[in-house]
Amino acid sequence: MKLPAPLRVYLLRHAQVALSSLGRLYRAPLASLMTAAVIGIALALPSGLYVLTDNLQRLGSQWDGGANLSLFLRHDVSIEQAEALKAKLDRWPEIERLRLITPQQALAEFRQLSGFGDTLDILEENPLPAVLAVKPAASATQPDTAAALKRRLQALPQVELAQLDLQWVKRFNALVTIVQRAIWVLSALLALAVLLITGNTIRLEIQNRREEIEITKLIGATGAFIRRPFLYSGLWYGFGGALLAALLLALAFLQLNAPVRELAGLYQSSFRLHLLDMGQWLVLLSSGALLGLIGAWIAVGRHLATIEPG
Amino acid sequence: MIRFDNISKRYPEGRDALQSVSFHLPAGAMAFLTGHSGAGKSTLLKLIALLERATRGQLFLDGENLTRTGKRKIPLVRRKIGMIFQNYRLLFDRTVFDNVALPLVIAGHRHQDIGRRVRAALDKVGLLDKERALPITLSGGEQQRVGIARAVVNKPPLLLADEPTGNLDPELSRDIMRLFEEFNRVGVTVLIASHDLDLIARLGHPQLRLHQGHLLNPEVLSIR
Repeated sequence: MKLPAPLRVYLLRHAQVALSSLGRLYRAPLASLMTAAVIGIALALPSGLYVLTDNLQRLGSQWDGGANLSLFLRHDVSIEQAEALKAKLDRWPEIERLRLITPQQALAEFRQLSGFGDTLDILEENPLPAVLAVKPAASATQPDTAAALKRRLQALPQVELAQLDLQWVKRFNALVTIVQRAIWVLSALLALAVLLITGNTIRLEIQNRREEIEITKLIGATGAFIRRPFLYSGLWYGFGGALLAALLLALAFLQLNAPVRELAGLYQSSFRLHLLDMGQWLVLLSSGALLGLIGAWIAVGRHLATIEPG
Repeated sequence: MIRFDNISKRYPEGRDALQSVSFHLPAGAMAFLTGHSGAGKSTLLKLIALLERATRGQLFLDGENLTRTGKRKIPLVRRKIGMIFQNYRLLFDRTVFDNVALPLVIAGHRHQDIGRRVRAALDKVGLLDKERALPITLSGGEQQRVGIARAVVNKPPLLLADEPTGNLDPELSRDIMRLFEEFNRVGVTVLIASHDLDLIARLGHPQLRLHQGHLLNPEVLSIR
């Protein structure tokens, strides 16, 4: 496809200005790098926290499926009655699987895990109740359906206490939600910081090139022509900052990945740290570039108009 | 080319720079603008280039009423004018070539076109061998010739010069004035503000004399 000539010229001119602005930044590498680094850190912070909460949520959702119910049976319920109850509950559609833990089994397990073996011998009778471990069917794992199932089970006469293990998952999710809100606030503040950083950098650049701006205005440059290189500078600063932020994220990921895998291994979990997917990387890079552009736009709008040749 | 119709300019601080100035500089003419410093020479040139706006009166450039030109159209008006300054106003971080190319870049000319035109302009002012030099390495006379090359590179119909020889010795000044005459010979309208009266007298072009904001002899242009 061949573009119409005026559009081609227009795009070519933009490409030239984009390259020459990049070249200008390249000729002052230290100053450019420092500005980009400040932007990079400002972008890496919220992105890093996002990755963190994203992983926490993934972790939470892995356990969400195992939202189990524990039915603590009354002391006067015999083993046979417990077996009968189990057989009855097995037919409930909301229940996928049931496991009866007799008081003896519970005691043995406790003895093994707690290390209080000898102390437990002092007890005259087994204080532990029989427990039915209920794994709800998939239809009953949502917080509200699971709660409804819990209420039905609690109402059974043999049941002393029905405990929904989902509780902590809910609390955990609520906590993550709060942290996510905090990240949004932080992101907004840091985005503002990026705007101010690029805005200020571009303002200084405008002041340094005041003479050049006056001369080009004298020769008949339009506002757009004069604005363009500064806008591209802002864009490059933002984009460079986003690249550095991506680099920082990747480095932090490499640092954390191995220990997390080891820890997950200790818990027999297949959990893996998850960085960003392709779309999220693009969002990071483009939002950096966009913030830089907007910052430059604000500075250009405020300061270019005041420069008039005289 | 330029017509002033009862133009007055009062600066915000209350100084009257020009008072009821009227004249008509026809296309293809060459004239000097003389007067003491503060007589209003620079103000008159600035009004033509829309660097200042008239307080009263009508001002026409090439048939266009500049008193009605909107802010966004100002760059287009300036592209019709080649401007030359006493202090040259070159970009010192760019080569001679890039300085001269600037008006063409602004106007959006094609790359090949720019090279050809810049070399033609540098050739006319005798600086073809300096295209890669930085302005700082050139003498004052050479810098002013770069300024002139930049002013003529996009072939504007009008050249305005504000004390173009103010910083040059007499011999270089003559060379510069001769350059302006050459451009005038090929049809460019030229208006030069200068107080180098000896030099101007020898060149024999009409002189518009300003005194404290008044134009003393507007008839000098219509007589010819």
